[in-house]
Amino acid sequence: MISFPIIRVITKIIIPYILLFALYVQFHGDFGPGGGFQAGVIFASAIILYGLVYGLPAAKRVAPVKVVEKLIALGLLIYAGTGVATMLLPRIKGGDATQANFLDYESLNHNISWLGPLSGQHLGIFLVELGVGITVTAVMTMIFYAFAGREPVTE
Amino acid sequence: MIFIVIPILALLALTAVAVARIRDLWAAVMFTGIYSFLGASWMLILDAPDVAFTEAAVGAGISTVLMLGTLALTGKAEKPTKFKLTPLIVVGITGAALIYGTLDMPAYGDPKAPIQTYPNPSFVEKSKHDMHGLPNVVTSVLASYRGYDTLGETAVIFTAGIAVLLILRKNNEEDATA
Repeated sequence: MISFPIIRVITKIIIPYILLFALYVQFHGDFGPGGGFQAGVIFASAIILYGLVYGLPAAKRVAPVKVVEKLIALGLLIYAGTGVATMLLPRIKGGDATQANFLDYESLNHNISWLGPLSGQHLGIFLVELGVGITVTAVMTMIFYAFAGREPVTE
Repeated sequence: MIFIVIPILALLALTAVAVARIRDLWAAVMFTGIYSFLGASWMLILDAPDVAFTEAAVGAGISTVLMLGTLALTGKAEKPTKFKLTPLIVVGITGAALIYGTLDMPAYGDPKAPIQTYPNPSFVEKSKHDMHGLPNVVTSVLASYRGYDTLGETAVIFTAGIAVLLILRKNNEEDATA
C-alpha cells in the first residue's frame, strides 16, 4: 500500500496521535476511562497500521521481534513483581510496621523519599496497569507478525 | 436518545444478516469490522467507554486485520451451500430461548437489579477514600480491590499469546535467529 500517496501521508500524520492517545489512555486510566488493556490494543493498532501500509519488514524494524517477544513476559513480570514488592516492603500504619499481602499497595506508601509523599495505591495501580499495557501491546503485535509473516500454502 | 439508539440497533441487525448472507469473504470481513464499530458506538451509549475503546480497537481494528491476513492465505469466496432446514430450526429455537431468557432480566439501569446491589455497593462510596483520591471506580476495583484477578487475566493473555506464537510461527524461524 506504500504506492498510494494519500494512504502513506495520512498514516504518517495520524500514527503519532494514535500513540499519544494510547499513552493518555494508559497513564490517565485511573482518572478517566481506560487502562492497561485498552491502551495496549490502541498502541498495538498503531504498529499494525504501520505494518499494513509500509510492509512487515518496516514494522519489524520499528518493533523488532526479538524485543517484542521479550516484552510479552516483561509486562507480566512487572505485574507479579509489584505483588512481590508489596509483600517484602513493610506496611506502615500509625507508626508500627506490619506485613502486607500480595498486591496490597498500602505498603508502597511514601517509600520513595526523593519523589516526596506518594500514595501507594497510585503507584501500585500505575505499575500493574503498565504491566498489563506492555503485555497486551506485545502479544497483539506478535500475533500480527505471526499472521502477516506466513506464506500462502500452495497445493 | 431514541433517535440514536434505534438506528444503531437496526444497523447492527442488518450488518449481522449481511455477514451471514454474503458470499464474498472480503466483504464479509469488512462487514464484521463495521459490526464491531457499531457495537463500540452502542457501548458508548450504554456509558461504557472502556468497553467501547476495546471493541473499536480489537473488534474493528486488530481482528479485522487478522481476518484479512487469513484471507490472503486462503480463498476469497465461500463455496455455495445448499439451503438446509435443520440448522435454521436449531438456530431459531436457540434464539427464541435466549429472548425468553432476557424477559426475566431487570430493566436497564434498575437500581434494584442484582448487579447494582449484590457486590457490596459501598465499594463506590469508599473507593475514593481507599484509593487516596482516584476517581475511577472501575480502575480501582480492577487493579486494586481485585488486583489478583487482573494478574490472572494478564497471565491468560500471556499464555494465549505464547500458544498462538507456538502454533503459527513455523515460517518465521529465520527472523528469530536473524
